[in-house]
Amino acid sequence: MISELFSVTVLIGILASGIRLATPYLYAAIGETLGQKSGVLNLGVEGQMLLGCFAAFYVVFATGNLWLGLLTAMAVGALMGLAMAFVTVNLRAQQGISGIGFYLFGLGLSDLLFQKMHGSVETVQGFPKIYIPGLSDIPGIGDIFFSQNILVYIAYLLVPLAWFLLNKTTLGLKIRAVGENPDAADSLGVSVARVRYFTIIVGGTLSGMAGASLSIALLNVFQQNMTSGLGFIAVALVYFGAWKPVGVLGGALLFSMVNSLQLWIQVLGIPIPSDIAVMMPYVLTIFVLILSVSRVRAPAALTKPFEREA
Amino acid sequence: MRTRLNTLFDALLPVIATLAALGVGAVMLLFLKVNPIAAYASLLQGAFGSANALAETLVKATPLLLVALGICISFRGDVINIGGEGQMIVGAILATWVGLTFTDAPGWLIIILALLGGFVGGAIWGGIPGLLKAYFNVNEILSTVMMNAIAVQLMNFLLRGPMIDPVQAQNASKIPQTARLMDAFHLPRLIPTRLHLGALIAVILAILVFILLWRTTLGYRIRAVGQSQHASRYAGIQVPRYVALALLLSGAFAGLAGAVQVYGVNYRMITDGSASGFTGSAGFNGIVAALFGQLHPVWSIPASILFGALLVGANSMQRAMQVPSALITAMNGLVVVFVVSSEYWRRQRQRRRLTVAKEEEGPPPKPDQPQVQAKEAAR
Repeated sequence: MISELFSVTVLIGILASGIRLATPYLYAAIGETLGQKSGVLNLGVEGQMLLGCFAAFYVVFATGNLWLGLLTAMAVGALMGLAMAFVTVNLRAQQGISGIGFYLFGLGLSDLLFQKMHGSVETVQGFPKIYIPGLSDIPGIGDIFFSQNILVYIAYLLVPLAWFLLNKTTLGLKIRAVGENPDAADSLGVSVARVRYFTIIVGGTLSGMAGASLSIALLNVFQQNMTSGLGFIAVALVYFGAWKPVGVLGGALLFSMVNSLQLWIQVLGIPIPSDIAVMMPYVLTIFVLILSVSRVRAPAALTKPFEREA
Repeated sequence: MRTRLNTLFDALLPVIATLAALGVGAVMLLFLKVNPIAAYASLLQGAFGSANALAETLVKATPLLLVALGICISFRGDVINIGGEGQMIVGAILATWVGLTFTDAPGWLIIILALLGGFVGGAIWGGIPGLLKAYFNVNEILSTVMMNAIAVQLMNFLLRGPMIDPVQAQNASKIPQTARLMDAFHLPRLIPTRLHLGALIAVILAILVFILLWRTTLGYRIRAVGQSQHASRYAGIQVPRYVALALLLSGAFAGLAGAVQVYGVNYRMITDGSASGFTGSAGFNGIVAALFGQLHPVWSIPASILFGALLVGANSMQRAMQVPSALITAMNGLVVVFVVSSEYWRRQRQRRRLTVAKEEEGPPPKPDQPQVQAKEAAR
């Protein structure tokens, strides 16, 4: 039965769903990268995703308008980001713990709204696959890369965009300066608060999109706590990716490929207990953290609230 | 007089934060077209309205307090343990295994061994991320979250396979649960309600953890490392060892909570596939209770009772007013956010006091490190 795993059709299936499954990780982890680069650890990603997830699902179910659903999810994520920014920048609250608070808030609120406003688990018509003319006809490659829905394509476009923003623009320079040495940035006239507000709100928006990609593009349903730890894994991917968009992409792909392999193992009925198979990506993440974290240095001001010397 | 008022205000900050969260909750209820006063009244009634309700509140508060005690230790050591859920599960698995394996032993012995098993199971599950943080610099927030996910799958695997109830293994339904513990192994009830000995154990442990943290060298070192790793290193403390120990002990208490849950309430382990199906999210809510109790073991007792009451009351609110109990999860989140945010005002006043002192006495006091103060609570 193991040999079935290596037939061409199955391999293409594993790769194609791996590429697709990386989508929510990419949105959330790229957003988290921006925040951490500016010195803010946002642990509320999971909560932002859940609210985005529900918002997108609810709007699409009510109106059938996918783009309106996506926009609502982004707005909800941005609002959560705004709240997080106020708490961590203005009130200088402990970032890790307040993030957990926002996670619980999002977890509870999305469940509450779902039960009160909807109630039953139903599916919606999500973003359809877009077959890129010409490219999608290439055998194998076409199925893997060029027959995905629009949110998948956007997620991958975000990687070079984030790289460009961080490394080739003045704003990117400011973000990195604020995350490495906020005192120096401040004395040069960069507003630490404004930069952090920007990165946290953009991060929240992307988390909202990550949620939407689940509920209206990949799975097309909403259930309570449907992200089940995905947002936390996205945070781990930022460490794994050494705070670089390309590194984050690598981590997201590795993770989603293992996940996809695990799903296919279950589909093919290969006798590995499914619980053990589901465990694998998490075990992998821990090993990957051990290998990566001791190598790379985090942004120096990460988790440190900024306060101007009086 | 001024200072006493200030101290009082500091102590009341969490209460104010909770009231603020209740206020936001009331707004949410209004949006859901539910009368907030009636909803909160049914919540109070459900949590404290009768002897049974009160006992249920204390039963719910017990695992929260045990987890909170562990959180007091780790957060005081500047180690953020988010892994309470997984540590509870592994503790419960080990404890359950003890009770299902040694069926000939006397009840009191099994209970002691099982609680010990829970302690050890949690210690292992907390100790792994502790070692990883201490010696490999792996962020403990992330590793404990991953350990939670692994523990859930481990539980699902064991309860579907090796540890499944022999009766269920025969049945077609194959409900993933273990066999029921023998009656002799149940934690004794205290009064004719569901209130069990675990509650008393948790309160005694709260006092012991207080002694541990403030009257022993081990506790002093954990707190010193939490205040300043740099200074601790100069003082000759082996920082990594105490970082790992803080997380290990924290996990041990969560593991104990899992064991107490099995031996005092459920008498077996059963899974719905998720962590909260077994823990009731006590691993997270314990963090909320500990923060609310200002990371002080003894103050965590009333804090746990408060959140236990919220959880029990939420169920009766759900029945009476059709408000999903998820509202309470959301409000717990708000309490966390508000409590950590309210530290801001404490710091502001502290600074003002320092400035006043400076003007009166002359010699400048040492500047305070903001991030240390953020975690520093009452003491």
